Amino acid sequence: MERASAYENDLNLKATELRLGLPGTDESSEKQSLRNNKRSSAEMDNSCEKNEQESSPAPKAQVVGWPPVRSYRKNVLHQRNESDLSGMFVKVSMDGAPYLRKIDLKVYKKYPDLLKALENMFKCSIGVYSEREGYNGSEFAPTYEDKDGDWMLVGDVPWDMFITSCKRLRIMKGSEAKGLACL
Amino acid sequence: MQTDPNPNKSKDSPTNSDSTESTQSPSPFPDDVLGQVLSFLNSDKDRSSVSLVCKDWYNAERWTRTKLFIGNCYSVSPQIVATRFPKITSVTLKGKPRFSDFNLVPQNWGADVHYWLVMFAKVYPFLEELRLKRMKVSDESLELLATAFPGFRALSLMSCDGFSTDGLKAIATHCRNLTELDIQDTDMSDIDDFNGGWLSCFPENFGSLEVLNFASLDSEVNFDALERLVSRCKSLRVLKVNKSIMLDQLQRLLLQAPQLMELGTGSFQQELLPGQFGDLESAFSNCKNLQTLSGLWEVTSIYLPVLYAACASLTFLNLSYAALRSVEFGSLLAHCPNLRRLWVLDTVEDKGLEAVGSSCPLLEELRVFPADPYDQHLHSGVTESGFVAVSRGCSKLHYVLYFCRQMTNAAVATIVQYCPNFTHFRLCIMNPGRPDYLTNEPMDEAFGAVVKTCSKLQRLSVSGLLTDLTFEYIGKYAKNLETLSVAFAGSSDWGMQCVLEGCPKLRKLEIRDCPFGNAALLSGLEKYETMRSLWMSSCNVTITACQQLAREMPRLNVEGQDGMPHLLFSLFDRQDLLLPSLMLWSGTRAVKMAGEKQSELDHSFLLNENMRND
Repeated sequence: MERASAYENDLNLKATELRLGLPGTDESSEKQSLRNNKRSSAEMDNSCEKNEQESSPAPKAQVVGWPPVRSYRKNVLHQRNESDLSGMFVKVSMDGAPYLRKIDLKVYKKYPDLLKALENMFKCSIGVYSEREGYNGSEFAPTYEDKDGDWMLVGDVPWDMFITSCKRLRIMKGSEAKGLACL
Repeated sequence: MQTDPNPNKSKDSPTNSDSTESTQSPSPFPDDVLGQVLSFLNSDKDRSSVSLVCKDWYNAERWTRTKLFIGNCYSVSPQIVATRFPKITSVTLKGKPRFSDFNLVPQNWGADVHYWLVMFAKVYPFLEELRLKRMKVSDESLELLATAFPGFRALSLMSCDGFSTDGLKAIATHCRNLTELDIQDTDMSDIDDFNGGWLSCFPENFGSLEVLNFASLDSEVNFDALERLVSRCKSLRVLKVNKSIMLDQLQRLLLQAPQLMELGTGSFQQELLPGQFGDLESAFSNCKNLQTLSGLWEVTSIYLPVLYAACASLTFLNLSYAALRSVEFGSLLAHCPNLRRLWVLDTVEDKGLEAVGSSCPLLEELRVFPADPYDQHLHSGVTESGFVAVSRGCSKLHYVLYFCRQMTNAAVATIVQYCPNFTHFRLCIMNPGRPDYLTNEPMDEAFGAVVKTCSKLQRLSVSGLLTDLTFEYIGKYAKNLETLSVAFAGSSDWGMQCVLEGCPKLRKLEIRDCPFGNAALLSGLEKYETMRSLWMSSCNVTITACQQLAREMPRLNVEGQDGMPHLLFSLFDRQDLLLPSLMLWSGTRAVKMAGEKQSELDHSFLLNENMRND
């Protein structure tokens, strides 16, 4: 089937590839230089690096040294963002949308609340989760990047575990997510 | 400050042969009187003027100068300084260009303080103060500093790097008369410091510290040693600790030093028991002299009230590491009626800035930093209306640094109508080249309004979509402008030419990612000798222009990327090679490369420009 082979290719190349940033974009060569930052760590890299938007016509790649925020201040702010206790804001991207959104995971108590909010925010249908089939049949499936940098299907782990390990969300097209559900 | 009674008879004087009777109009004052009078002069600008009057005055000035300020460490060689000024007790040195703060200058650019210290050790053994900014300072240098100057009292390191806590250990161990240790904005090498060692190196009978700032250090410190130190230093008026200091520890420190005038707290991320909360509150309320408050990492709305009692006399509140929201921020501000300077994160949003406008009538300086500078799709933060609200309520406002994502020409025009006395106007619209978001026009009229209205403007940073018109305005109206920062702006060489021709007091010009090329660069040939420096990055300048510059203006130092001296430019075949970055200043790149001949010229006028404190 056309669909199966499509997902197979996708599975091999994109869906399982461990990358920082949106699948489908190249690693930006304009990384924020971390030379001066002796405290550089994987977490720091994750939060510093921003990649080009997949679908925006004039991509605003991150520019070195801009905005002009001092290295010292930048480092402190990133540490703060990592340990922000007062809110758990994560970025949410949706395939085909021109810009990302951010939501506060702390606002929600369980998965259905979150899924409903995502459906409202992006005007899409996500459907119902099942352990065996994921979001089979829906147009879109919610996935997230966890602390290890892996892309996981939303719903597999208990809610509390999810909110502490979720770093960002991506609403994938159902066809691509099918691969994940079948694993 | 010692005055040499017979300056003209001094054997050290380089102008020995041209002494007393050489001038056409001899000074009517006897030399020792002149010396006495000049020793009251503190302003470097005045001293520079004095030194140009005649040889007598030049000599009298050089013998009475005790404070040395060098704005660009490569503008003059240590030897020349040593020869000219024999009686220096205090030195301020600045190194790398400002854009090194934003990772735009190569790591190995230079600005190593060591060869200066070697000279100072020989010529100024009585050195007392050293203040460095953006210089490389090794542990070896700190050890030299600690051991070669028995009267050394004050060390200030701002945005310096290259040292570790080992160097600080040397300072603590050997500087018996230390009154000031001030380390700011430093990215330090991580070093294992398991004993929290360096603070323990202050001797047990040492108690002279007045200023202790280690807020930007990474490592844990030995708290017991710190507490004992603070209790011994009865004159301590500035204490800024780092994030390793917890709230209960802070409370104990405050008990030892209620006389503090400037406090930088540690981290507020600690769950306090109810009793501890009360103790902390009362410790703060004992601090009746607090004028400056900073640190406040991870402070939340729960803990802010402990500060209230200490805020009555606050004039400077630095919340730039505390992600406060408008509500708790407003409540805090209500307790700070005397604020003159305020630094905040844009998490307080426009609503928070409205509170500033209504609670801080005496405000003179506002800096709003972005909490999330690299997220270009964020819609939070502050907008033009926050800025307008502040200007409406704070008529004394004259210094602003404002990071935002949207701005309008009309808003800026309104702002400068409310506050026409701006001396420093630094507006950063974070998306490069963003127009007025309501009219979609360039932001030319905004900055036009600023320079037309604010006649005292000394420093300007522009941003947003800008054409040459902005620079025409700047050249035409900004007659007191000394520092200009430009990024992603302008349409052609004409823009930069307008500025170079029109701003008589321009000293520092930094430009990145603008369409200014060789014609613009070469239009400023005469101008550059009156400036401290020009820095250009990712513009349209090629090596050809730099070679011409170097040929026609031998007293200018021109450098391309990687700090290559201009001598090497002639080796390049590619004349049209676009220079990634260019730095230019008057003076000599002394002691940069082994064997490089140092210029013996002492162009007093040029040197004076670089020795003016701003």
